[in-house]
Amino acid sequence: MATMTMAKALNAALADAMLDDERVVVFGEDVGQLGGVFRITDGLQARFGDKRCFDTPLAEAGIVGFAVGLAMSGLRPVVEMQFDAFAYPAFEQIASHVAKLRNRTRGALSVPMVIRVPYAGGIGGVEHHCDSSEAYYAHTPGLKVVTPATVADAYSLLREAIDDPDPVVFMEPKKLYFTSAEADLSARTEPFGRAVVRRPGRDATLVAYGPAVPVALEAAEAAREEGWDLEVVDVRTIVPFDDATVTASVRRTGRCVVVQEAQGFAGVGAEIAARVQERCFHALHAPVLRVSGLDIPYPAPMLEHTHLPSVDRVLDAVVRLQWDDQPDPRWLTEGSAA
Amino acid sequence: MTTTPQAARRASPRKRKPATPAAPDPSAGLLPQADPVRLLSPDGTPLPSRADYPEPPVEALREMYRRMVVGRRFDAQATALTKQGRLAVYPSSRGQEACQVGGVLALRDDDWVFPTYRESMALTARGIDPVEVLTLLRGDWHCGYDPAERRTAPQCTPLATQCVHAAGLAYGESYQGRDTVAMVFIGDGATSEGDFHEGVNFAAVFKAPVVYFVQNNRYAISVPLSRQTAAPTLAYKGVGYGVPSEQVDGNDPVAVLAVLNRAVAHARAGKGPYLVEAHTYRMEPHTNADDQTRYRDADEVEAWRDRDPIARLETYLRAQAVLDDAAVAEIAEQAEAYAAQLRERMNAQPTVDPLSLFEHVYAQPTPQLVEQREQVRAELAAAQEEDA
Repeated sequence: MATMTMAKALNAALADAMLDDERVVVFGEDVGQLGGVFRITDGLQARFGDKRCFDTPLAEAGIVGFAVGLAMSGLRPVVEMQFDAFAYPAFEQIASHVAKLRNRTRGALSVPMVIRVPYAGGIGGVEHHCDSSEAYYAHTPGLKVVTPATVADAYSLLREAIDDPDPVVFMEPKKLYFTSAEADLSARTEPFGRAVVRRPGRDATLVAYGPAVPVALEAAEAAREEGWDLEVVDVRTIVPFDDATVTASVRRTGRCVVVQEAQGFAGVGAEIAARVQERCFHALHAPVLRVSGLDIPYPAPMLEHTHLPSVDRVLDAVVRLQWDDQPDPRWLTEGSAA
Repeated sequence: MTTTPQAARRASPRKRKPATPAAPDPSAGLLPQADPVRLLSPDGTPLPSRADYPEPPVEALREMYRRMVVGRRFDAQATALTKQGRLAVYPSSRGQEACQVGGVLALRDDDWVFPTYRESMALTARGIDPVEVLTLLRGDWHCGYDPAERRTAPQCTPLATQCVHAAGLAYGESYQGRDTVAMVFIGDGATSEGDFHEGVNFAAVFKAPVVYFVQNNRYAISVPLSRQTAAPTLAYKGVGYGVPSEQVDGNDPVAVLAVLNRAVAHARAGKGPYLVEAHTYRMEPHTNADDQTRYRDADEVEAWRDRDPIARLETYLRAQAVLDDAAVAEIAEQAEAYAAQLRERMNAQPTVDPLSLFEHVYAQPTPQLVEQREQVRAELAAAQEEDA
């Protein structure tokens, strides 16, 4: 056990994967000598040489497409998209090739690659630096989409992503990069496809992933003072999604709030809410609610606190979970003739 | 005898002050020749041979002729199959036989091909089963052949995206100590896509052994070349990336093979990528679903018949005495047999198992896919019961 930041855990995961498997190569923009703008690849070039960790031309479609070819030749590329919104030029390569090559070739070619995407806000970043883009990837069959919320998971999920036979979009919550925790890097946490109960509780379930997990945990702690005992489930792997753990939790508690940082409309939280009500309808005492970012372009640093789901917004949702068995007044008049 | 005094003469010949030596032209060796390389005139008579592009051995050219004849017959058969409803769609490459066949003949079997949807002829010329090549166009969901075994990527529909894959694959192969070359087939329109530029640039920066082979057939569906580029020709796009480039008469089979041989040798020698533009012409519409009368005159198409690559090579090979009436007839017969067999095999209604849709989305299906597969299985069972 050692105390380290999430950034250090990710760096250790890359180094250990490169040590264990010669086929692993790491590349992208500024990942070589500089060690990445967030220093996630710090020291890798010095340690493994510039053939295994290297800078590329500044072209995201090129980086991802190049990785497809490297994977076809038998290597295991791990690429860095410098920021969430800078990955959009690569989207055609990701959606049309990375996600589909296995299927188009009936498994003759696969793309065991990892696309690391530093994502989401809370760091005072200027425009185009704080997007939550996970839904685009999760909506694309053939991709796995993973996002750690703890230091131990950051290490373990990245190791597993590199080992995985399928392409993995690895979403790294920027605001958690420099959070510290004790982690045992010699042990893997739960595998892909497994959500985890981070905090047990009886009254309601908060389902969250990535940067929203610490918010949910903090909200659960605050709710305790108001008398509620909230359970927090960390999704961890958006694809494949762990219906079983989420369903079991909501059936126990009978109430559910999904928390995500991304804008809400047509997002991952909407999918989770739909799945929960399909599976848990008879166990639910209230509609499944969502707490998310606003449906606006990610705002300027001075206003990002207005956008980001806060502990208070989560608690407001908990209050609305129909504890008195009355309809939510918020939508009582919607749809009725004016 | 009197001597006239003479003015002193200069002992040394007149010379200008030596100029400061010119800096070497940084584009030397990168720019294409001003005119497309041509070794046969359009009527098939040979042009003077040239040291930079030695003529390929005559046996190779005879084999090229054979594959071009079979390829054209295959192409005609595939177009016919669309009319019979056996193929959903077919993009013909009639008229581009020299490029389709020359491209694969310049490669070794263990080299990689990155084709587009217009390369069905190239793929069959590479020896891939034509029924497998046409699988996708028949309406099935996968590429048909085994790309790893055939060293041929799936036919690429999103234009130019394979340009970067080839750079990655070729770099990965050389990184692992293999001397594999990758050849990308693309058209004129695709050179406007960003991935063409990113691919050529990555290949150049990483010295990846890739040959980018542009078949400029003058139209991207309906849009003419003048709307794609203001460059002198497409081969001039290489210099900006530091990539040596050449242009060739794409309907001159001898020149196409000679130029591609040199490009492949350059790549294999570890000197990085090479760009070749072949000037050719698509004799058929974009696909069977296209109406070419809306964008080009019949006269224009007719004029290109006089530059037919097969007739051109045939004339030349007959003059070289490596082809005679009997050989031409025998090859035509081979082509007919190839088409007849294809027709027969394509007449059988293919069966596609709906449950196979779930097999290769991931190495292992997700729980959600397992659930959906069970639903489809139940639907199929119910339908079967209803039919019984």
